[in-house]
Amino acid sequence: MGSNEKNTGIKLEYEILKDDFARAGEASSGIKKVLRQLGIDSSAIRKTAIATYEAEINIVIHSEGGKILVYIKPDKIEIIAKDNGPGIKDIDLAMQKGFSTASNRVRELGFGAGMGLPNMKKSSDEFYIESEMGKGTTVKMIITL
Amino acid sequence: MKEYWHSVALEKEKCNGCTICLRRCPTEAIRIRDGKAKIIKERCIDCGECIKVCPYHAKKAFAHDLKSIEKYEFKIALVSLPLYGQFELDNDINRIFNCFYELGFDKVYDVAYGADVLTTLQSDILKKSKRKPLIATLCPAIIRLIQIRFPSLIDHIIPIESPMEITARLAKKEVSQEHCLDFNKIGAFYITQCPAKITSIKKPIGIKESYVDGAIPIKSIYTKLLKIYKDVKKNDKIQKASGKGIGWARVGGQSFALGLDNYLAVDGIENVIKVLEEIELGKLNNIDFFEGYACVTGCVGGPLNVENPFIARNRIRQLSKCYGDKSLEKSEVDEILKTIQVKWTEKIEPLGILKLDSDIEKAIKKMELLDKINKKLPGIDCGSCGSPNCHAMAEDVVRGTATLEDCIIMLKKKVDK
Ligand SMILES: Nc1ncnc2c1ncn2[C@@H]1O[C@H](COP(=O)(O)OP(=O)(O)OP(=O)(O)O)[C@@H](O)[C@H]1O
Ligand code: SF4
Ligand SMILES: [Mg+2]
Repeated sequence: MGSNEKNTGIKLEYEILKDDFARAGEASSGIKKVLRQLGIDSSAIRKTAIATYEAEINIVIHSEGGKILVYIKPDKIEIIAKDNGPGIKDIDLAMQKGFSTASNRVRELGFGAGMGLPNMKKSSDEFYIESEMGKGTTVKMIITL
Repeated sequence: MKEYWHSVALEKEKCNGCTICLRRCPTEAIRIRDGKAKIIKERCIDCGECIKVCPYHAKKAFAHDLKSIEKYEFKIALVSLPLYGQFELDNDINRIFNCFYELGFDKVYDVAYGADVLTTLQSDILKKSKRKPLIATLCPAIIRLIQIRFPSLIDHIIPIESPMEITARLAKKEVSQEHCLDFNKIGAFYITQCPAKITSIKKPIGIKESYVDGAIPIKSIYTKLLKIYKDVKKNDKIQKASGKGIGWARVGGQSFALGLDNYLAVDGIENVIKVLEEIELGKLNNIDFFEGYACVTGCVGGPLNVENPFIARNRIRQLSKCYGDKSLEKSEVDEILKTIQVKWTEKIEPLGILKLDSDIEKAIKKMELLDKINKKLPGIDCGSCGSPNCHAMAEDVVRGTATLEDCIIMLKKKVDK
């Protein structure tokens, strides 16, 4: 956590490790705690929690690891989830409800319904996703306050 | 700001300032100041964890005693469900209920019957509702936890009264008609298993005013009941509940009574918090019903009971079988619904007491400061400063209720310099 030089704002940063199921969810509950202390309204807290949780899990399950950055400003919350590959081949397909490449092992853990990305989009007011094969995926979400 | 009142309180002389309760409080509501535990009342949810863990018995519940019933012309005992689990099974529950006459009560009611009424009512609500999962209202500590930590789940709570409140309403109606007495001449006392219930009488959630006038801990009258039991003379038929109603005393009892398959029944406040997190993330939208209890085993594990929670739960299970699983006739419940109000009349509001400032820009500034301070602190969460962990300590400094030198390690550094 640290201050954003230019404006009033808070930056939260979480390192997300590949396959680290034991800690999955820590980022989103940490963020929730901060938002409660800032007095953010409950529906925005819930939306932010869902968006970061799904982003976190996707990095754990589908990527080589990455980061979640959250910028909280008086008028909006900005979430950036960035990972180090392998990237998404067909973004339109990945965005479809129910599409998932999760392995059986992951499905046994209760993930892989193919609802993460659609829920992230639904929970945010602005949603952007970029991906390059071999490089990585970046999802940016904005929740207005 | 509404005024808060709490049942859980400290007996100062007994507290030696150890940090056991400090770390166990699920809402970080305790601080040690001047060598004694102090409860931040806005944050306390009356779950009674601190009462359970305090090795010096320095935490207690504000409650009534048998003397306080004297000021009423007509005295009603509302016997709570967990009482069923407090006695050996070869004792006759109805006889135990009759013991309350000897304690000075004029009439005794079986609160588990209120649970029977609620089973029928809740089943109806569950069938009609589209929201999932619906959250049970039984444990007031959980409702307050939701108001403080999970306000987005308030809409999931089933807005109906507790078995205690329903029984009190029925009892007062009946007594006032039979004896031509005004309500204010009738005192209804709940024989309570926990401080959360006591608080919910004084500061009710969802209604303006409780029909219950006071609460007497099970603990405080238990030995008296045992003594009276042997030669109690009266033998009124007081026990009225079915096995299903009695089952509400334990975790899972509501779902069992409702005949549900797709439910979650969770006991212990930390476990409840974990599941509420999942519900908030929308991961449990396929579940119909959630019953959560601050106490391990459910209300039968409440801090003002006498018996070991697991033994008591086992008895409840057996008694549930003995008393059968007959549900109330719909017509009987409809009749009751005609005479008393069972739905909440007041909206439950989120309690934004965790926020650093009501102005978001100021809150952000404070959060930045909190973060700076937190980074300076050693991060070992030792509790010696009197705050539950380093992060809470940083928060206390920002709120102006602690100073950096309260941290002994920071102080040592300063002295060494
Ligand atoms: N960060 C990522 N890196 C690589 N592939 C990804 C990433 N995020 C999503 N995907 C791909 O997009 C698919 C759909 O993602 P989505 O989050 O919608 O569903 P899921 O993770 O498979 O299942 P669920 O989120 O319901 O548990 C994934 O199965 C995966 O193939
Ligand atoms: S679980 Fe029951 S006994 Fe325990 S605090 Fe809640 S209402 Fe009281
Ligand atoms: Mg996903």
